[in-house]
Amino acid sequence: MRFKYVAPALLLGAALVTALGAAPAAAQQDVAKFKQSQPTEAPSLPKLAWSFDGPFGTFDRASAQRGFLIYQQVCSACHSMDQLYYRNLSGIGLSEEQIKAIAASVQVPGGVNDQGQPIERPGLPSDHFKAPFPNEEAARAANNGALPPDQSVLELAREGGPNYLYAILTGYRDPPAGLKMQPGMSYNLYFPGFQIAMPQPLQDDSVQYTDGVKPTLDQEAKDVVTFLTWAANPEMEERKQTGVRVVLFLVFLTGVTYATKRRIWSDLHH
Amino acid sequence: MVGLYKSDFKNPVVNWIDTRMPVFTLMQKEYAAFPTPKNFNYFWNFGALAMVNLMIMIATGVFLAMNYTPNVAMAFNSIEHIMRDVNWGWLIRYAHMNGASMFFIVVYIHTFRGLYYGSYKAPRELLWMLGVVILLLMMATAFMGYVLPWGQMSYWGATVITNLFSAIPLVGPSIVTWLWGGFSVDNATLNRFYSLHYLLPFVIVGVVFFHVIALHITGSNNPLGIDVKSPQDTIPFHPYYTIKDSVGICVYLLVFAALVFFSPNFFASPDNYIPANPLQTPAEIVPEWYFLPFYAILRSVPNKLGGVMMMFGSIMVLFVLPWLDTSPVRSARFRPIYRQVFWLLVIAVLALGAVGAHRPQGIWVVIGRVATLYYFLHFLVILPILGKLERPLPLPESISRPVIRGGGPMPGGAPAKPMEKP
Ligand code: HEC
Ligand code: HEM
Repeated sequence: MRFKYVAPALLLGAALVTALGAAPAAAQQDVAKFKQSQPTEAPSLPKLAWSFDGPFGTFDRASAQRGFLIYQQVCSACHSMDQLYYRNLSGIGLSEEQIKAIAASVQVPGGVNDQGQPIERPGLPSDHFKAPFPNEEAARAANNGALPPDQSVLELAREGGPNYLYAILTGYRDPPAGLKMQPGMSYNLYFPGFQIAMPQPLQDDSVQYTDGVKPTLDQEAKDVVTFLTWAANPEMEERKQTGVRVVLFLVFLTGVTYATKRRIWSDLHH
Repeated sequence: MVGLYKSDFKNPVVNWIDTRMPVFTLMQKEYAAFPTPKNFNYFWNFGALAMVNLMIMIATGVFLAMNYTPNVAMAFNSIEHIMRDVNWGWLIRYAHMNGASMFFIVVYIHTFRGLYYGSYKAPRELLWMLGVVILLLMMATAFMGYVLPWGQMSYWGATVITNLFSAIPLVGPSIVTWLWGGFSVDNATLNRFYSLHYLLPFVIVGVVFFHVIALHITGSNNPLGIDVKSPQDTIPFHPYYTIKDSVGICVYLLVFAALVFFSPNFFASPDNYIPANPLQTPAEIVPEWYFLPFYAILRSVPNKLGGVMMMFGSIMVLFVLPWLDTSPVRSARFRPIYRQVFWLLVIAVLALGAVGAHRPQGIWVVIGRVATLYYFLHFLVILPILGKLERPLPLPESISRPVIRGGGPMPGGAPAKPMEKP
């Protein structure tokens, strides 16, 4: 047949045009790369094994609780967590008593008194996590003009999720010789542009753990990331457990339906 | 015609209703006894799947709407409220969010099925055009739904897409202001998008109804693309295709469930978990995956108005496809050349999808232009000419002939396999 090879011919043509067009573009990119003496791309993210990975993953309760401790003692000085209530902490295994005590350790606005004056009261489990700053302007003023992002869904809001958060927390280095740092900025291997407005928040022994685990930077970072992942996905365990049951049921249903289909159609075989 | 209907139903209640309003007879005729070609492959499941998906979207959407707040200050938080505080809210929200992606997967496969087997050709032109209307409405609905959570991508996606209309000469900027209900994407925009996002799915239901009416007048196409010649070629829709569609629905639900329960943010952009901020443009504004090929066409044209016209043109061309394809043979099985260019079209569309996800730099610009060019060449040049030049393979006499020869009632699982070697 005359046009038997229409498609391969067209494809070849397209490939040729693409190659011809791409050559100058590639050359341009090389030049651009050559011009820049600084590194332009962050190294690829470390891939850690998390307790919450995979379809059967759950949150390591002890790790998440240590992570909350870090949030409470370190991160909450700058980062809000507006979507969470203190009562939610039961999700990482804290008892009602512990939650009441944690909530009561902060003062929150308590409406007005009988003179119409605003008053404060100790927090309750039904209160939202207290934010460190009353508004964005105050947060920026205290942080060199940068805004510490709310941490409620931070794990979902960054490409790479938990691995990225871990990388940021452990990615602080001395700036390479010759790199001009903006005032107040720190060098971080994984932050886009390498200059981050957050001073290194965690070092070895930044906190004291009560359960005998050694608070190395690596351990602290893993713990707080476990906590942040839980905070962004408090439904995760229920979701995966429901999912396993739903999938099992659907596999069964698919089998039965397919068998029925075979039976019904079998009378069409002549 | 006025008068009671003479119903055949035995059950007295059913009979009583049917006599006064013969909906049971209608269902019996259109969905039970309805004569259907006996040789469908599993690609014929996707219409039923789209119907199921539409119902899932409406059901989950109605429950979302009970807890969602369409206000720029509260929308983002109300989604988190649904995720955290509403009973099963995470399930409803993730099902709706991933349901949109599933819907496009299903409808794109449904559409390409039509392209492969020539389902758009006479006498099914109107049926096909109604399908294109549904696709357009789905796109509008999904675009406006994506704005509702009021994340960074919601806001900036809405800004970029509505701004496209500013390319229209003279009236463009006024149209954009009119769409926004102000001088930027803001609360007024969110409110109207919410209203329309609630309305359009029901318009889709209406168009689907007409789509099905048209289908039941012409009857279904089939993998051989030849007309039904005798009752021997058909089987009643029930139980044969109700059960076969059920198999498809089970598999579809399995895929859907895997997404919702184990990887609910697979298709989601992390940026949409950052609340909308009009003062901070994200590093990259990327639409949802199902718009990427069109976004790539838009960016492949150096001129803004040209790009917008090509983007809309890429769908408009589907409306006139029944008249662009000049071949009288429907199924690609019997069109050796069309079969090849069909796959080229698939490659071009997939390539455009990849291009849409990357910055318009270097090689991606070139691939984008080549694929865009091919997309339009395919419909506007190749199909009209091909129908005249191509020598189709001999068509089977009837549907039942090759079916009997094949030994089984249907070439199940192995769709799109050529019956004869060229
Ligand atoms: C002294 C204030 C301060 C403390 C304490 C602090 N941060 Fe930050 N954080 C910031 C600021 C400011 C930014 C914004 C950085 C920028 O945009 O350059 C930030 C940004 C971040 C980011 C986002 C990086 C990105 O990709 O945008 C993460 C993740 C983060 N902080 C985690 C933490 C964790 C975890 C802790 C507790 C261990 C913590 N921070 C403690 C001030 C702080
Ligand atoms: C054609 C069917 C529909 C499609 C394709 C569709 C698509 C979408 C998409 C893509 C989103 C954004 C999801 C996200 O990122 O969170 C969304 C959100 C939403 N939709 Fe729909 N939708 C459909 C039908 C409906 C219906 C019928 C309703 C109401 C009756 C509805 C109500 C909502 C609400 C309240 C939201 C905001 C909540 C959210 O963003 O999760 N939708 N829709």
